[in-house]
Amino acid sequence: MSVKIFRAAAGLATVVLSAGAQAAFELNFQTPVSKVGERVYDLHTVILLICFVIFIAVFGTLLYSVFAHRKSKGHVAAQFHENTTVEVLWTIIPFVILVLIAWPATTTLLAMRDTAEPDVTVKVTGYQWEWAYDYLKGEGEGISFLSNLATPHDQIYGTAAKGEHYLREVNNPLVVPVGKKIRILTTANDVIHSWFVPELFVKQDANPGFIRDTWFRAEKEGTFRGQCAELCGKDHGFMPIVVEVVSPEKYSAWVAEQKKKMAGLADDPGKRATEAGEAVAPADIKTARR
Amino acid sequence: MASTTQSAGHYYLPAPSKWPITAASAVLCLGFGAAFAVNQMMLGYVLLALGVAIFAFMLFGWFGAVAHESESGLHNERVDTSFRWGMSWFIFSEVMFFAAFFGALFYVRVFSVPWLADIEQKLLWPGFAGTWPTAGPGFEGEFSPIAAWGLPAINTLLLLTSGVTVTLAHWALKENKRGALIGWLAATIALGVTFLFVQIHEYGHAYSELNLKLSTGVFGSTFYMLTGFHGFHVTVGCIMLSVILGRSIAGHFKPEHHFGFEGVAWYWHFVDVVWLLLFILVYWL
Amino acid sequence: MSAVLDTPGHHEHADRPTGITRWLTTTNHKDIGTMYLWFSFTMFIVGGIMALIIRTELFTPGIQVVDPDRFNALTTYHGLIMVFGAIMPAFVGFANWLIPMQIGAPDMAFPRMNNLSFWLLPPAALLLITAQFVPGGGAGVGWTMYPPLTVQAPMAMDLTIFAIHILGMSSIMGSINIITTVFNMRAPGMGMMRIPMFCWTWVITAFLLLAVMPVLAGAVTMTLTDRHFGTSFFNAAGGGDPVLYQHVFWFFGHPEVYIIAIPAFGVISQIIPAFARKPLFGYTSMVYATASIAVLSFLVWAHHMFTVGMPVEAQLYFMYATVLIAVPTGVKVFNWVATAWRGSLSFETPMLFALGFLFLFTIGGFTGLVLAIVPIDVQLHDTYYVVAHFHYVMVAGALFSAFGAIYFWLPKWTGKMYDERLGKLHFWLSFIFFNVAFFVQHFLGLAGMPRRIPDYAPQFAEFNMISSIGAWGFGLAQVLLLYIVVKTIRSGKPAEQRQWDGADGLEWTHLPTPAPYHSFETPPVLK
Ligand code: HEA
Ligand code: HEA
Ligand code: CUA
Ligand SMILES: [Cu+2]
Repeated sequence: MSVKIFRAAAGLATVVLSAGAQAAFELNFQTPVSKVGERVYDLHTVILLICFVIFIAVFGTLLYSVFAHRKSKGHVAAQFHENTTVEVLWTIIPFVILVLIAWPATTTLLAMRDTAEPDVTVKVTGYQWEWAYDYLKGEGEGISFLSNLATPHDQIYGTAAKGEHYLREVNNPLVVPVGKKIRILTTANDVIHSWFVPELFVKQDANPGFIRDTWFRAEKEGTFRGQCAELCGKDHGFMPIVVEVVSPEKYSAWVAEQKKKMAGLADDPGKRATEAGEAVAPADIKTARR
Repeated sequence: MASTTQSAGHYYLPAPSKWPITAASAVLCLGFGAAFAVNQMMLGYVLLALGVAIFAFMLFGWFGAVAHESESGLHNERVDTSFRWGMSWFIFSEVMFFAAFFGALFYVRVFSVPWLADIEQKLLWPGFAGTWPTAGPGFEGEFSPIAAWGLPAINTLLLLTSGVTVTLAHWALKENKRGALIGWLAATIALGVTFLFVQIHEYGHAYSELNLKLSTGVFGSTFYMLTGFHGFHVTVGCIMLSVILGRSIAGHFKPEHHFGFEGVAWYWHFVDVVWLLLFILVYWL
Repeated sequence: MSAVLDTPGHHEHADRPTGITRWLTTTNHKDIGTMYLWFSFTMFIVGGIMALIIRTELFTPGIQVVDPDRFNALTTYHGLIMVFGAIMPAFVGFANWLIPMQIGAPDMAFPRMNNLSFWLLPPAALLLITAQFVPGGGAGVGWTMYPPLTVQAPMAMDLTIFAIHILGMSSIMGSINIITTVFNMRAPGMGMMRIPMFCWTWVITAFLLLAVMPVLAGAVTMTLTDRHFGTSFFNAAGGGDPVLYQHVFWFFGHPEVYIIAIPAFGVISQIIPAFARKPLFGYTSMVYATASIAVLSFLVWAHHMFTVGMPVEAQLYFMYATVLIAVPTGVKVFNWVATAWRGSLSFETPMLFALGFLFLFTIGGFTGLVLAIVPIDVQLHDTYYVVAHFHYVMVAGALFSAFGAIYFWLPKWTGKMYDERLGKLHFWLSFIFFNVAFFVQHFLGLAGMPRRIPDYAPQFAEFNMISSIGAWGFGLAQVLLLYIVVKTIRSGKPAEQRQWDGADGLEWTHLPTPAPYHSFETPPVLK
């Protein structure tokens, strides 16, 4: 039955969204493209199953009661109101279940937080409302650029048809090599932002004045899209993140190309190059903070 | 009145009263007034003044009514116990208010300042040492904190003594020695007011000579917010003590029935304890 | 002075003011309870209309009805108004009405202060509503009000901050009143372990409120001084930390969600036994479980902050502490099921809402558990999964429980019986549309749709559309509630003293229907 409702709604949706709506009834996490992501995905599945079983047990009991112990069927109420044994049991059993859950949760978390020995380190700075990427260490060191929403105004205000990657497209994506450990340092220039890419299973707040870190290792080439996940003012919804994971060769080529561009701007220190060539540079963090 | 005033042994229920709604209107003015005033709007100051006036009027009326009821013997033991519970929980909530600021102080000293100086943050704040006291990595200029063993220590003494005098006043009241009661109360108030003067003097000194201001980074922020809110509480305490003094002079309170007095004394002790914590955590350590 | 059996309208205190003065000056717990309830319902409509604008904007991708700033403001004030204006006052209203009746007291301990704690609410509400219209518009900072965004926000922020101060004062006074009443005004023979569960849950809630409302006041005060007086609490350049605010806020905020939930538990613990015609199972363990939830709630706050970049040890600690809350909450759920077990069940509207609560609250609890697991929360934090989680516990939890309470006690309050058929219809509409509106949000969150955005990528379109339809359905279903209540007051059939044969509180066994103006002028005699 629910499938029917979904279909009906999907039909409705396609009509309204005339352009480019692929009915995407995703019911679960996006398919992870990192090992850690897979572990999180599985952890979630396990916990969901446990909850499901408990749910069935509890509400199975309740439903049985609802049908069997009705007044309208003449059922007479028993008067018991205590039973130490079951009360102790249903305190201890959930506790044990929780301990069992805590174990994989802990190991996964420890793996997630282990940012040691990265291949490439990128500093990500949140601005209202764009991201700045600075490659600090590893291949590509020294590259830096700004990344802005590429969706045209017209699409947002409905005067043009919405594109396929509506709101999740940028002028300059973050480019990283596949299979390498990428460490992301987050910070912000004005308010708190949060760097979130669902398929990479990465989310890290960018706090102004502080540097915090996270990492990922994409096992697959491709383009992965996310967006700012901490309310940061008017255009919080318009601060996408696009990560392009490419082969090492392509990555080297990209680095070389960027380096060339940077060289063109070399006598303009502190400025960041954009693809278009105009050097748009928010003031350096330190000065801007005061 | 008759129907709500209960016979002895019953709980006193006040008749409908205009004071709460008066208080609420004062708060309405104060809320809007403060919000407009911090944005430098003239209307804000007007509303604030109006709010304060209504509030003061309300305090006289409401507390006057309560004092009157108390003196007419309407407050039996049950009511007295209610007051005790009420005052205790109120002080508990005040403790939690201060806890928020002490928590902030703890957090900056133990976490944020050392973090700002750790290796990772060198990218943003090169050269920040992270030693306490500090006004943060972005602060330019120098400042010095107030030394604990000068006037603050004297202030500690003043407040501790006032804690003793208020207790002496209480003993006097219990033994129905009115003169001593009034004397010790007056002494308590004098000590409290002296404390306030010293404190104001300290602030002036800090502002003019130590370059220690509310805007002196997180040190100035925590210092002035904690000591400032404490000072505000001392002020309120002094006002309440003065009311109690006035009532004592007017012959209120009986040796076995004087919660009005005790409530204020509790409050005074609370203010005292907060100061001790302040002295240790803000000035000394 | 005779006992309590005076009929309404008769020989009642000629000196009592009438008309508007009655409501402005009243010191009567029932009058004040009534005002709380109507205020709460008004705020529910205001906050609900804001929600409907939000859902309308989110009906399809693109910006259609409100611009992004306004959208953020709507989200913010929807959250604030629902939490502080609708849900909390509703339960204080129930407390006012019920606690004196349930413990055999004549009124609340501090009747005048009681009046003040109500009358502080309209000024606060006015501030919140005015904030929408001052220059710069409402502050689009989220109900959590994280700096430095709040430091940038327009002057509406200041109105909001002072509104919160006033709400805090109101809650503190209300709590002092409730806790003192229960401690000190019980009828002779009613020990603490004999008071109805609803009273217990309110004692515990009052304690939570007293502990955390001042902390919230501190948090917004620091925001205020950072905004206007040059302090650096939340500014790294001055040695502060934006995350400090989050710690202080959530030290308040997590207990706050139990402040919302625990009185709801109390209501459910009254309704289920009444319609199972069987005593509450495990009263003692219920009391202890509720108290443990309250204590634990102080120790878990940072589970709202798993992505701020705190040390991994802290994440582990907060994860372990958080999942522990499932144990006492589980005890409560199991006790309710055991209460129904082998009872003699009937399904009038209050019972339907109680069972709906049980079912949906547990789902919300389970998603809470999922969120408590740090690696998963990193993925789900600030997505619609969280929005789904908390609407399950707050709307299907607290709000359903409040609906149940209204139907359960309306006969006692008004002396009239509501229309059972319409009540059931209200339940089923609410139940179905609630799930349509919020169940799909889990999927949105899992797929990575952030919260607090006015516009979204096309892959989220379908579920958003379903959710918006559900929201409108749910909202319209509430018109029915209003209709039912008004109809009951106007033309309901007279109710009996003990309208529900399974209800055994003093308000049913010892007081006539409708309840007299002063509940117990002489304390009831208990065996
Ligand atoms: C009434 C309000 C209420 C209640 C009761 C709860 C209950 C719980 N909440 Fe929820 N929560 C909110 C209101 C509430 N929450 C709000 C408003 C937010 C968002 C705020 C914001 O950011 O705006 C939030 C957010 C929130 C987060 C942060 C998400 C994020 O932003 O990333 C987390 C994470 O841990 C969490 C966890 C929990 C847990 C573990 C419980 C537990 O108490 C649940 C316990 C219950 C059960 C588990 C079900 C019954 C138990 C059993 C049947 C026993 C057996 C079970 C097992 C052994 C599994 N909540
Ligand atoms: C207990 C509190 C509570 C309650 C009851 C609700 C009720 C509802 N909430 Fe929510 N909500 C929050 C607390 C609550 N909410 C909080 C704390 C947030 C977070 C804010 C933040 O991120 O800062 C939030 C955020 C939030 C969001 C996310 C916004 C965002 O991230 O941008 C959404 C979106 O769907 C939403 C929807 C709804 C809906 C549709 C209802 C419905 O249940 C409302 C239904 C009620 C009515 C509609 C009113 C009654 C109607 C009538 C009497 C009829 C007359 C009216 C008409 C039909 C015109 N809420
Ligand atoms: Cu940047 Cu939200
Ligand atoms: Cu929480």
